[in-house]
Amino acid sequence: MATKNIMIVGVGGQGTLLTSRILGGLAIAGGYDVKLSEVHGMAQRGGSVVTFVRYGEKVAEPIVEEGQADVIIAFEKLEALRYSHFLKEDGALIINDWRIDPMPVVIGAAQYPDHIIENLAKEHKVYTVNATEEAKKLGNSRVFNMIVLGIAAQHMDFPKALWYEVIENTVPPKTIEINKKAFEVGYELKN
Amino acid sequence: MSNKRVIMLGNEAIARGAYEAGVKVSAAYPGTPSTEISENIIKYKDHIYSEWSPNEKVATEVAIGASMSGVRAMACMKHVGLNVASDPLYTVSYMGVNGGLVIVVADDPGLYSSQNEQDTRMVARAAQVPVLEPADSMEAKEYMKAAFQISEVFDRPVILRTTTRLAHSQGLVELCEREEIADVPYEKNIAKNVMMPGNAKVRHVEIEKRNLELAEAANTMPINTLEMQDTKIGVITSGIPYQYVKEALPNASVLKLGMVNPLPKKLITEFASKVETLYIIEELDPVIEEQVKSWGIKAIGKEIFTVQGEYSANMIRKAVLKEELGTKAPAVAPGRPPILCPGCPHRSVYYVLNKLKMHVAGDIGCYTLGAVAPLSVVDSVICMGASISSLHGMEKAKGKEYIKNWVAAIGDSTFLHTGVNSLMNMVYNKSTGTVMILDNSTTGMTGHQDHAATGKTLMGEPTNAIDIPNLCRAIGVKNVVEVNAFDIATLEKVIKEEVAKDEVSVIITKTPCVLLDKSKKPVYIAHEDKCKKCGMCMKPGCPAMTKNENGTICIDDTMCTGCGLCETLCKFNAIELLKAGDQ
Repeated sequence: MATKNIMIVGVGGQGTLLTSRILGGLAIAGGYDVKLSEVHGMAQRGGSVVTFVRYGEKVAEPIVEEGQADVIIAFEKLEALRYSHFLKEDGALIINDWRIDPMPVVIGAAQYPDHIIENLAKEHKVYTVNATEEAKKLGNSRVFNMIVLGIAAQHMDFPKALWYEVIENTVPPKTIEINKKAFEVGYELKN
Repeated sequence: MSNKRVIMLGNEAIARGAYEAGVKVSAAYPGTPSTEISENIIKYKDHIYSEWSPNEKVATEVAIGASMSGVRAMACMKHVGLNVASDPLYTVSYMGVNGGLVIVVADDPGLYSSQNEQDTRMVARAAQVPVLEPADSMEAKEYMKAAFQISEVFDRPVILRTTTRLAHSQGLVELCEREEIADVPYEKNIAKNVMMPGNAKVRHVEIEKRNLELAEAANTMPINTLEMQDTKIGVITSGIPYQYVKEALPNASVLKLGMVNPLPKKLITEFASKVETLYIIEELDPVIEEQVKSWGIKAIGKEIFTVQGEYSANMIRKAVLKEELGTKAPAVAPGRPPILCPGCPHRSVYYVLNKLKMHVAGDIGCYTLGAVAPLSVVDSVICMGASISSLHGMEKAKGKEYIKNWVAAIGDSTFLHTGVNSLMNMVYNKSTGTVMILDNSTTGMTGHQDHAATGKTLMGEPTNAIDIPNLCRAIGVKNVVEVNAFDIATLEKVIKEEVAKDEVSVIITKTPCVLLDKSKKPVYIAHEDKCKKCGMCMKPGCPAMTKNENGTICIDDTMCTGCGLCETLCKFNAIELLKAGDQ
């Protein structure tokens, strides 16, 4: 199998680390070699963050390069746009239809681009959900990332039971049920 | 029987390597990207004593003392931390070790979380300290063990150098048992351990000899590996760039150096003679390249590779193979720089300083972000502790009136790291400046580590907490004032009063980091009908606040932490507390 390249992009503090660790756990459970690359420190303070997950027979570099991502999971629209050139021709772009204005936009020094999702959909396979609103319906806006991950899971080759097993082993024990419920919402979503 | 394989962060693997190597003492000061080493070492607290020291110099000296007493010991820090620790480093290099001594130093190519991009290998060469450089998590663990062996066999302190990409990448690691290393008996040895001129002169001769022996041994060390394949292209590389080389040039012959100082001259010379074109691929400075070229060997390095930032396989494909990769240009998108979190107490302090049109000599920590728009209130950031001393320098250059609209702003952990020395200097040399200690009860930027004033050790034990206000008074500061960071009216009054005084003042804004309190917080909502679009609430630059299309304010309830700063600033009661826990 050719090495699979996954990226998780978002805004520092949105939980990209937890999501990448679930993907890493999944790849190991699937018997693959795996490397993950994360962002800690200053960028985590509300900056643009990207996490790479690569798995396959033997993985050398821990980063995904431009034009090589099989799946990009974007927790925010502008971040989907920022990293979209990393996507392969036939790669899948999963976007949380959610807007967080970066400071240059808040203070009027820059414009938040219009029609991000529509424009990305002209060139890429795009799947969207307003996961933040869906998560609020479940009673915890923070589990939006599991909803997005559930959609991504539709485009990856791991059985659902394995996803559940890895989620159970990765998230804090008290939050297992709500995280699984959120994952289910994404996994069953058709778009 | 095969050993257990688990996935580990590079830093986690280093901690595991320390455990397996039989380390007994570890000391560190937090610094991205090295922090998680110590946070993982506490998993082995039954075997390893570990601590947060107030700074890297202290941490290194703690490790030296432990090594002198005969156990394996280590210190961990980021690259700029090694500058603080360079005083002991340069001299312990002369002394050598008793128990093995390893200093883990994490460089930051690409400046993800640092104030410069210095290359630790340059410092190590100057200090004549051997350097090992792993290329993945598994090697990170194994090289820790190799580093201790080299340290003991050659009587040298050894640096294990990592970079952000290694430190913060996860890979599979095969676990081994801990090796129990017998303590080396301590024997008083003044000639080796008292570095006064007569002794140091003799030791300098000795370490030059040891380094030559080590360089010779490096030619056959198993951590320097030769992968002979197609000889058209030969590459000398080490660390993370090795992985990029393997992706970009899978058929090339590669000499992978596990030890990057000193270099194996014979091995390199032989390798160079066997390949048609030799490339040297190393991030940051041309440390290997300059030495290899000085031996008369023809090689290509920084002619086609940058001394800045991180490398990648694509970069190597383009530079070496001249491949057109056909990758798309990045989309045009507004930048998203890091910012102070919603509810951060620093925002409130900076809002007031901005309002008073103050200049700020800044320091290293989350509060560095006060330099980012719209606050843009911080004038300078140099290194740990420099806020206080540079303000003092300004006063001595231009007089006390000149700094009446200046303060130094420093965090609690940074104050204890080196800021306290600078404050002593202010008192001793009759400064009149005002220092603001933004005390959020933690080491924030690196991810919430304890320090000498939090009352808890790295190993989780309760301990004495240094009383920062009383420490300042003990130094001789007469004006020590404590204020809640969110009480902006009092804060404004206090700052005006203190900067007007012709004496040193310390204002301590003691308000915990918003991320420390995990409980659900109340949120605020903005009433569109009452909002007059005056923009007052937007001035502090809270990321939870945006504008609706009609220009009224909208608060993102998934981000708001209920700090109340916006409510305080709104004169029209348009911002209202909703209720606790509704998120």
